[in-house]
Amino acid sequence: MNNEQTIGGYEAGLFQTHRPDTWWLEPLLTGLGFLSFVIYTTWAMFQGDYYWWSAGSEGFGGYLSPFYSPLLFIEESAAGSAPLLHAWFGPWPEWMPNLIPVTPAILILAGPLSFRLTCYYYRKFYYRSYFLSPPACAVAGVHQKDYKGETALLVIQNIHRFTLYIAIGFVAVLSYDAFLSFFRDGKFGVGVGSIILFLNPIFLAGYTFGCHAFRHLSGGRHDCFTCPQGKEKVSFKIWQGVSWLNGRHMFWAWISMIWVALGDIYVRLVAKGYWTDFSTWGN
Amino acid sequence: MERNFKIWRGDAEKGEFKNYAVKLEQGMVVLDAIHRIQVEHANDLAVRWNCKAGKCGSCSVEINGRPKLACMTRMNEFSPEEVITVQPMKTFPVIKDLVTDVSWNYEQNKMIPPFKPRKKKNGIDHVMYQQDVERIQEFRKCIECYLCQDVCHVLRDQDKKEKFVGPRFMIRLASLEMHPLDIDDRIPKIKNDFGSGMCNITRCCTDVCPEHIQITDNGIIPLKERVVDRFYDPVRWIYNKLFGNGAKQE
Repeated sequence: MNNEQTIGGYEAGLFQTHRPDTWWLEPLLTGLGFLSFVIYTTWAMFQGDYYWWSAGSEGFGGYLSPFYSPLLFIEESAAGSAPLLHAWFGPWPEWMPNLIPVTPAILILAGPLSFRLTCYYYRKFYYRSYFLSPPACAVAGVHQKDYKGETALLVIQNIHRFTLYIAIGFVAVLSYDAFLSFFRDGKFGVGVGSIILFLNPIFLAGYTFGCHAFRHLSGGRHDCFTCPQGKEKVSFKIWQGVSWLNGRHMFWAWISMIWVALGDIYVRLVAKGYWTDFSTWGN
Repeated sequence: MERNFKIWRGDAEKGEFKNYAVKLEQGMVVLDAIHRIQVEHANDLAVRWNCKAGKCGSCSVEINGRPKLACMTRMNEFSPEEVITVQPMKTFPVIKDLVTDVSWNYEQNKMIPPFKPRKKKNGIDHVMYQQDVERIQEFRKCIECYLCQDVCHVLRDQDKKEKFVGPRFMIRLASLEMHPLDIDDRIPKIKNDFGSGMCNITRCCTDVCPEHIQITDNGIIPLKERVVDRFYDPVRWIYNKLFGNGAKQE
């Protein structure tokens, strides 16, 4: 009780609050959710196999795990790897340092990961969940002797708009992969995998094009949407659309993150033969 | 129905929680309960209030650990057996009981360069269209209750009042910076003096705003992006050098 004698009735120390609700639940669940994604992604990245499935056909079409796209280099000897024609730059090069594991995913995953790590929504939840700064509203967090926010080391967060440009490139590449998934040996068809890989770039686009940096660049940077003629600019309409997506940024962030992992899990299970891909191709 | 309250009583030097039980009627808010406690148990209990309609921003306190307006917090939000804790705002110095000294905020306000409209062309009055003012009208809803200042952990826990003006004044800055007629350039000050980089956008200010202003998404983040335009984006810097930076015209 002695602690309650502080001015205003506030006690010092981590997690001190008078909130009787389950304030810890949201940071706990979001923290665990993202941690699970990071663990799975890291595991999948290091596998280097079973990221492609086309039922043995070598013609146009097939399922490619979103974690492995784009395929810059391919090690064809790996089980469940894509045919060499899908590599942007050919076989896994000999000049690649041995330090780098032979897995195409390791060359590209930093792109989308950097976009998510610098995203304003992700920053909110990981500052809360992992840095306890603060753990929840009106709950005492870790007191720092000289708190600097995002002015010192974390000034790096300002690269977010550059990671946005990379993310837009990934949406384009994954859209092509979605198109690819509707073909097998050059024949059009639909499989469960096609639907999963088709939804993937849609969710990613909802997340990427609703990002705060894109909202700013697409129109938010203007002070006047109608100047000088008094007519709405195209950028105003774009900004309105982006603002709609932005208002649901948390939804897009989670659904796109879960779905991209689901895409990898599905392709991996089918490629390993643990799961049958129901499709119009009849296999 | 009788309800139990635990209210902090004291001044800048010392104080403690005191328990009160009062009978309340249907439809009452926490401020009504505090007034009844004043009448029946503690007529020296200090609480600041004015309009009792959620528009003056005077009765900001912390109720069950959450920054809230006492006049807009209905008693039926709480279960009948719940003891309701009422405290003064943590971020500001206590004057007496539930009343805090919020004058630091007025000092921040004075530092902000005021509205500077561009010159009229040929003496004709300015014309503004709804599309252009809607964005800044949201910020004008602010009632200056300072709940956002209270909950902001940079001010509340890290005590960096000398480095960050707080969410309330970030949206005032946003309302000026985004104004279609304003020609002043506050971006360097927003970065260097007002501390936009101190905010780590954990959005508690938005959560507690009784006017539901999207402080973080519509105010602070757009200002942070404008700071990026100016100080951290070499591509944009080159673009501006080549094609002009769209600087505000006189």
